[in-house]
Amino acid sequence: MRTARAAAAAAAVLVALLLQVSLAPHLAWQGVVPNLVLLVVVAAALTRGPQFAMVLGFAAGALLDLAPPADHTAGRWALALVVVGYVAGRVRSEASPTATTVVSTVAASSFVATSLFAMTGLLLGELSVGVGELLLVVGLAVVWDVVLTPFVLPPLMAMFRRLEPARLA
Amino acid sequence: MALLERTSGPRGGNSGASPVGRSRRSLAARRERRERRWSPGPDLDRQRPSRSLLVALGLASATLMTLDLTAGGAALDPVRGVVADVVGPAEAGATALVSPVLAVPDFFRTHSSLREEVATLEEENTALRAELGSAAFQRNRLAAYDELTATAEDLGYSLVPSRVVGWGPAQSFSSTVTIDAGTDAGVQPDMTVVSGAGLVGRVVSAGRTTATVLLIIDPSSTVGARIGDTLDMGFLTGRGVVGDEGRLDLELVDRTAVPARADSVVTWGSDGGAPYVSGVPIGRVTRVYSSLRETSQRVVVDPYVDFGSLDVVGVVVPTGTTSDRALVGPDGELSGESDGAEQ
Repeated sequence: MRTARAAAAAAAVLVALLLQVSLAPHLAWQGVVPNLVLLVVVAAALTRGPQFAMVLGFAAGALLDLAPPADHTAGRWALALVVVGYVAGRVRSEASPTATTVVSTVAASSFVATSLFAMTGLLLGELSVGVGELLLVVGLAVVWDVVLTPFVLPPLMAMFRRLEPARLA
Repeated sequence: MALLERTSGPRGGNSGASPVGRSRRSLAARRERRERRWSPGPDLDRQRPSRSLLVALGLASATLMTLDLTAGGAALDPVRGVVADVVGPAEAGATALVSPVLAVPDFFRTHSSLREEVATLEEENTALRAELGSAAFQRNRLAAYDELTATAEDLGYSLVPSRVVGWGPAQSFSSTVTIDAGTDAGVQPDMTVVSGAGLVGRVVSAGRTTATVLLIIDPSSTVGARIGDTLDMGFLTGRGVVGDEGRLDLELVDRTAVPARADSVVTWGSDGGAPYVSGVPIGRVTRVYSSLRETSQRVVVDPYVDFGSLDVVGVVVPTGTTSDRALVGPDGELSGESDGAEQ
């Protein structure tokens, strides 16, 4: 079950990454695309808790950092998605979170991830965009992720829940 | 207050302990309530070490950054290469899968206009429609290859033809794309990438079958450029990722030079042709601002290339490069195909 879960999570991340770099840019709004990898991590956090989500977030982030179109310092998305795994994992409080919880968690996670990514960029001196544009990108990213939540999160969460080992009684 | 609570604590426990049944029930109820509050039981143990895991993974991320920043990322280059070799072909495959889907709106447009025009020839129309639907995409691509061949002829360089298969998101605050040509095709870092319209960018890293291209609209990209009409030199920087039209800023070295509107801007070229070869058209001057404080001109350049719909691009390579595909030679002819077939 553990390996099945890891394999399913890895496959979900890979598919999300491929869609994000190949399909999503054709639908991009001002160049901003939905962060599908982030949605996978949030889904994992909401169903599996922070531990699993943080590890998945690190792996997914490292993949985002190293896979071809990326040209930034490796580790920046990894850090952002680890924090997302932690934050979203802490939100999980019920066995099946309500729609409002899911949407607000996605919005918060998207905001945290993009801002954190931008902040590490500022710290490392890699970012040369104005604050206005930065906020616009962060805002649009949140909108995109929230818009896609109803379509992407339920199947992902169902997948992670089905692969969950039986809870301790 | 604290004292009061502390003294009331044991007393409460004592009073609860005397009627045994009630205490057990209330204890169970309390535990249940606590459990409900902290939800699924096992979480309590799972929750606690998550902070140390957070710190550990955060440090791991920091280590990655440090590794990447020291020695120009030499430590991570092999890893990047491996990931590029695995994910790159997958991206190319995904783009190939996605492109017919993207051609669907085109297909419907063709379909509706045809139906209006040739409503009487319906059965002929259906055959035609199916043909056109798939042909439109191919025709566009063929036109792009034709343009690329013309560019190779104009520039006098050999080009490796390739397609864009992955786009970096604006959330990464850098404008990069993946192309489906890598070191196997003779592509190396710091090579110029052009399209039929003009300069696209330069290769920043190359895997075996894919390469990453930094577009000239990226804010961290600087291109040595000159005004085609006056030969004034300057530096062209991207303006960032946001906006449908990527605009470029040109800072001229000669402060007194004032370019005219619609003057063309071309690359001035670096030593040895890396990262940019000379004479590649970049764009057109659209606006000129004079900055009084810096006593220089800021020139806004509109690039010829439409970065929103990049598809076929060419990488400028030295003539005679061995490649896994046919090169477009400086005479506009395809060459080197047999070399690739043998390898």
